[in-house]
Amino acid sequence: MPEQRLQDIASAVLRRGRDARRSPARGQLTAHSELTLPNAASAFHLSHVDDSLAHPPHNDQPLPPRTHHNHLPPSVPAAAMESLGVLLLHPMNAYLEQELDRRFRLIRLWDSPPDARADFLRSNAAAIRAVVGNAGYNADSALIDALPALEIVASFSVGIDRVDLAKCRERGIRVTNTPDVLTDDVADLAVGLAIAALRKIPQADRYVRAGLWKAKGDYTLTTRFSGKRVGIIGLGRIGLAIATRVEAFDCPVNYYQRTKKEYPNYTYYPSVVELAANSDVLVVACPLNEQTRHIVNREVIDALGPKGVLINIGRGPHVDEPELVSALVEGRLGGAGLDVFEDEPNVPEALFTLDNVVLVPHVGSGTHETRQAMADLVLGNLEAHVLKKPLLTPVV
Amino acid sequence: METTASSTADESPLVLLVQPLFPEFAAALAGRYRFVLAADADPAAAAEARVLLVPGLAPVTAQHLARLPALELVVGTSAGVDHVDLDTCRNRGLSVTNAGPAFAVDSADYAVGLVVAVLRRVAAADAYVRRGRWAADGDYPLATKVSGKRVGIVGLGNIGSRVARRLAAFGCAVSYHSRSPKPSSPYTFVPALLDLAAGSDVLVLSCALTDETKHMVNREVMEALGKDGVLVNVGRGGLVDEPELVRCLRDGVLGGAGLDVYANEPAVPPELFGMDNVVLSDHRAVVTPESMRGVLEVITANLDAFFSGRPLVSPVQLCTLNKR
Repeated sequence: MPEQRLQDIASAVLRRGRDARRSPARGQLTAHSELTLPNAASAFHLSHVDDSLAHPPHNDQPLPPRTHHNHLPPSVPAAAMESLGVLLLHPMNAYLEQELDRRFRLIRLWDSPPDARADFLRSNAAAIRAVVGNAGYNADSALIDALPALEIVASFSVGIDRVDLAKCRERGIRVTNTPDVLTDDVADLAVGLAIAALRKIPQADRYVRAGLWKAKGDYTLTTRFSGKRVGIIGLGRIGLAIATRVEAFDCPVNYYQRTKKEYPNYTYYPSVVELAANSDVLVVACPLNEQTRHIVNREVIDALGPKGVLINIGRGPHVDEPELVSALVEGRLGGAGLDVFEDEPNVPEALFTLDNVVLVPHVGSGTHETRQAMADLVLGNLEAHVLKKPLLTPVV
Repeated sequence: METTASSTADESPLVLLVQPLFPEFAAALAGRYRFVLAADADPAAAAEARVLLVPGLAPVTAQHLARLPALELVVGTSAGVDHVDLDTCRNRGLSVTNAGPAFAVDSADYAVGLVVAVLRRVAAADAYVRRGRWAADGDYPLATKVSGKRVGIVGLGNIGSRVARRLAAFGCAVSYHSRSPKPSSPYTFVPALLDLAAGSDVLVLSCALTDETKHMVNREVMEALGKDGVLVNVGRGGLVDEPELVRCLRDGVLGGAGLDVYANEPAVPPELFGMDNVVLSDHRAVVTPESMRGVLEVITANLDAFFSGRPLVSPVQLCTLNKR
């Protein structure tokens, strides 16, 4: 069948589907099964959600019939929800994807081959009123330009450095994120990374698993964590949660941020270099924006020094990564615990042989409990938007 | 200063050693005491010696003690003294000192590090990255939250009380089991270990190894802790039925473990090497310069106190241990 004819059918079907959904009569929704076009061009997506979804489906597989699991009572809000076309940028979470599919009209960006992305977006542009992105994939300038019907970006993350906020403001597009629900996880990990780096916990694990522990008297000296001076860049929600935890280890807490606040137990430093010079462990806990890009640079690394440890649970671009790597390799910096990198998932291989670094693959909020809570926030924000209620966690 | 096997004009008090001192200790204590290896001691020294210093965890048996008729004090350099024949010490009226609180901070820090490492899969995720799997295979699977977990601490002494304070700051709910409740402690006392395990997500072992506590963590306790439960041991390997631990982990009866100590160090059950829900460590919880300095201070303080007739700084209560 000629490509254009296929596209015409797909468009007609799309219109019929939209009209069917707008009808309050529940029976109409089952018409969806009539709209199934096996092997149709991916003008719209008809796949059911696989709970074990770990990888995006291949596009050469026939599309299975859509199955409906609508638990909402018959009502106008239900239809309104169903009419919200949501573009999900990446298979970031199975529960989120399943619920987006159940409650709204889900369009999966990865259903289109990467080289046909522009066409895919064009075909779906009229339907897409919401985008769900995350730390790695978000509504940048190009994507926003391609979506004239976009009303809201609901990010599955607290950091929204990859959302073009200025453009969103210009176009009146709302933006939400997922603060608070992940604060504990990120703070837990930050402190866990600091202990792991200073006490070389992963290195001990590797040592034992490699069968290298031969004599009871073998010992690797590592330095105590308690009492180390902890310097926090950005004393926001996450920074404060880190401060509370390290205080229980009798760590003096120092901080830097744009404005000094009155914290009786925490010492303010007016610059990151001075903070680094007066800390043993430096933690990056601020948002990423133009001012904070490479906030940890050569000067800061030098000030932290050969016994200092850098913990990054912010964003890779907070740190001048090549400088960091050479400082670690050369011993000018004592150690590091890194959850984020400039070019994820690529991590500088020079770090792989170092025993004084701990490397984890952006797992700051990576627990079942927190990702569920984040997903519920995304869903809640989208529902509030549809119902014209105040957004739960708006940024713009 | 030379250490000779026979008495000399040197006035320094004689201290016998079960094994050689760590170089750092020898340097720090040089000139203050006359050190002689017990195995090398001539009959005069053996007859005269009032103090036996135990560097490391080498066993001190009834036979060792029997060779030293003038012995009054055994100075340990570790928190645990289960490697010393305490029955014999008690029967002979010997005093025994340990490292006191010198190791408590580092032990507690390490225990917390292991709790986070197991629950958040820090060591396994680190290995994942180093093997290039993040780029090849995608994101690491989800782990479980530390904040809010129910933590049960076995032994609320120097180490346990510090573990409690730290994990409380992570938002964990802390309870404990010990021989008797600590009225000044803000944490919930649970009289039975089995109940503590049943009501906890994480069980941290920080108590002494005695006849009473040997294998206290058995199959029943591990089943109670459960398939999502995590065991962290910075006490002694003997507190746990190790073959049973391996079976429980292998079969999913227990959710995970962070282990710094084992039944027969340095032997570690190799079945554990393939498990992502386990973090293994080579008994290094206290191996820091800060702890070494601390224990040196305690040893010196105990030796000084003993030789000048003052009360010992960190005596072990022999009458309450090894009760039968």
